[in-house]
Amino acid sequence: MICGFQRIVLLASVVLASTAFAKSNPSDTKDLYFNEGLYYAFQEQYFDAISKLDAELGQYYGLDEPELNSLHFYLNQAEFSIGDFELYYRMHNRAGRAIKSVIEGNVPDVIRNDAVYRLAKIYHQKQQPVNALHTVERIKGKVPEKIKYDIELLKAQIYISNGKFQDAITILSKIKSISEVNGYASYNLAIAYIGNNEVDKGIIQLDEAGQISSSNKYVLAIRDKANLVLGYKLMENKQPQRAKKYFDRIQLNGPFSNKALLGSGWASVADENPKQAIVPWTILSKRSVIDQSVQEVLLGLPFAYGKLEAYGRAAILYGNALETYSKELERLDNSIKSIREGKFLEAVVREESRKDKNWVINLRNLPDAPETHYLMTMLASNDFQESLKNYFDLDDLQKKISSWDGYLDSYSEVIAQRKQYYTPMFPPMQEKFRLLDSRMKLRLEQRNKISERLSKMLIAPRPDYLAKVNERITLNNIYAIEKKYTQGKRILPQSVKERIDRLKGVIQWNIETEYQARFTEADKNLRLLNEHVDRLNEKYRSFVRTRQSATQSYIGYDDQIRHLKNRIRFADEKIKLLLARQGHVLELMSIEELERRRKRIEELQIKARFSIAESYDRAVKKQQNIELEKSKKLLLKEEAKAKEVYKKELKNNKLENEQLKTKEDKEKSGAASKNNEGNK
Amino acid sequence: MNKIKTVITVLLLTSISLTSWSANLTREQIKGLDEQVQDIKKDVLAISAELQLLEEKLLYPSTSQVSLFVSIAKEGNYSPDAVQIKIDGKKVAYHIYSFKEVDALRRGGVQRIYTGNIQGGSHKLDVSVMGKKGGSKTQRKISYTLNKGVGPKLVEIDLGSGDSAIKIVDQ
Repeated sequence: MICGFQRIVLLASVVLASTAFAKSNPSDTKDLYFNEGLYYAFQEQYFDAISKLDAELGQYYGLDEPELNSLHFYLNQAEFSIGDFELYYRMHNRAGRAIKSVIEGNVPDVIRNDAVYRLAKIYHQKQQPVNALHTVERIKGKVPEKIKYDIELLKAQIYISNGKFQDAITILSKIKSISEVNGYASYNLAIAYIGNNEVDKGIIQLDEAGQISSSNKYVLAIRDKANLVLGYKLMENKQPQRAKKYFDRIQLNGPFSNKALLGSGWASVADENPKQAIVPWTILSKRSVIDQSVQEVLLGLPFAYGKLEAYGRAAILYGNALETYSKELERLDNSIKSIREGKFLEAVVREESRKDKNWVINLRNLPDAPETHYLMTMLASNDFQESLKNYFDLDDLQKKISSWDGYLDSYSEVIAQRKQYYTPMFPPMQEKFRLLDSRMKLRLEQRNKISERLSKMLIAPRPDYLAKVNERITLNNIYAIEKKYTQGKRILPQSVKERIDRLKGVIQWNIETEYQARFTEADKNLRLLNEHVDRLNEKYRSFVRTRQSATQSYIGYDDQIRHLKNRIRFADEKIKLLLARQGHVLELMSIEELERRRKRIEELQIKARFSIAESYDRAVKKQQNIELEKSKKLLLKEEAKAKEVYKKELKNNKLENEQLKTKEDKEKSGAASKNNEGNK
Repeated sequence: MNKIKTVITVLLLTSISLTSWSANLTREQIKGLDEQVQDIKKDVLAISAELQLLEEKLLYPSTSQVSLFVSIAKEGNYSPDAVQIKIDGKKVAYHIYSFKEVDALRRGGVQRIYTGNIQGGSHKLDVSVMGKKGGSKTQRKISYTLNKGVGPKLVEIDLGSGDSAIKIVDQ
């Protein structure tokens, strides 16, 4: 309904969530992989977005020290986003679980309520009113500012679906004048009143909703819907004159215009003013014949002419209607046949067609593709839309999965090549490494001993440990001379003894007096040695890593790849099965809808046949009446003429009689006077 | 009974469709199928995530992995047209942006433009970008030395708002 706006709001919630969720991030580093997920989500590629975030979260949870990973600071947001994207990917079962975990988690009210709202909306759209009600009632505390009225509107709609009309009326009365939900709230309030058996209030409210002024096409559509509902309601109540006023309010190019034009015509006819029906019905009759209102008006228009006694015109229009119905039936039959042949599914999944946002219209206009001709009409059904989306999703999944199997084959090939390359190389390299490793260990042990000794000498100085090589050799020589004399039981001459003592004294002197300098030197040398040891250790680690990565590059994948291949094969089979079933459902829905339409057109056809015969009869009768009238008039004229003649004749006769009488009288009086004169 | 009738009438008046299908097709069947579709989506998503991890481990081990990401400033009017990236003089990535992609970048999304393997040590990264800023065309370049250590190397190429120099964030 307010889809576009809500989508912006929901995606904005991700950004909003980033500030609300983010744990304190000292370095303010963004997690690039998480943002990569968002990059796909913002392009509505939810499969990729979910899959990338899933992989990233999987890696995060597998870390020994996850708190060192940059995702740590966005963890809640990432978990929330996965649920969010799953909702967009129409996985409400799983998303419901994800969102539930967010709801039950320790998150701010604004975030929680946003999630509850979306979950409730899904339940409402999926026609699960009780679940929707339980969910929406969990909205408590602060709500996101941008959707606060949408939440109220949804609540009211859910109450209506559950028959709690009074609760809906309370909410809708408060928000009906808010611009964000203007139109929707007024319309729903009217529905709630009607549901609550307050029909008069409902009608007043519908009238109000039908007069909202807006430039938003969705608000205008809901305004038209209010007028349409009210118009038909008044028609039911036998108030056609009032109904016509509401039908005439509806836009001529809106989604309800066809029904409005049809209704307006019927209102005029019901009001005994068929002449007024001619204009709206003529407009409607010129529109696309796919629409059921247009199909019906093809009978309505001649009916109106019939009422105006233009039976000839009516008969011609009935004839046209019959012709149109026959063509439409033929088209429906072709569509049904084509759908049964599987062409419909082939057409809708064409890659190039779906890239265009007007793909439905384009498909409908394809020449020689009767299977897609009624697609637009079928899309009006929510079940059909959902099924079609599922079909698209399954088709995409199948394409993805079929390419993955190929990837795995390539990986196996790479692994085999690596194995072939590394396997002969490892044994001699390993032998060499073993020797070097033991030498290294020995040297490191020596170094550790020196270090340990120097540490101890800090507490208990041992100058003898720091004697130089020549001093040690000299001392050893001296000890050897002394030993030689002692073993031979000879007495060392005094002079030699003195020289030996002097030499030993000199060496001892040097060792003792140079101790500090020598200790410092030794420490310096140890530090230098440490640097070498560090470099050695680094090389050692690097070698171990390289050896490990070389080993890991081909060992330990077999099971995983085999397992993945099995899962892919299993999923592929399941997708194929579901695709077939979903396709079958779509075909059944389409065929049922088309057959329903076919039946309706057949009914109209029968009516048209009867009406055409009736019109001809009436036209003939009218003609006969006219002729009869003419003959009557002629007869009357003749009669009048005859009467006139008769009258004239009568008059003439009378005159003649009078003249005759006068003559006779004259003759009689003449004869009398003659007699008198004679008598005289 | 009357209440049920009222609710149905109201539902018919609202946008909720109550299309009834024949005995061949019940609402329960449609719902059941929808749930199965959701289940298979879940399975395929799990396979996809595992496949991604496998690919990364197999083809781009952390010792040699380098990933380059592109981002731009939010809410600006800068729009990149194309990006070309070279590592040690070799072209590794070239991308022409669609409107949707630029929009996704502007809203905070980050594009992974390249993932590959390089040896440890210093490498020369050359980025060249063509774009539009307020209707006029812009062309910018940057060279950067990246040091590859033991772990995976992640580099963010922040194209900013088109005014300033390209920023390289080396993670």
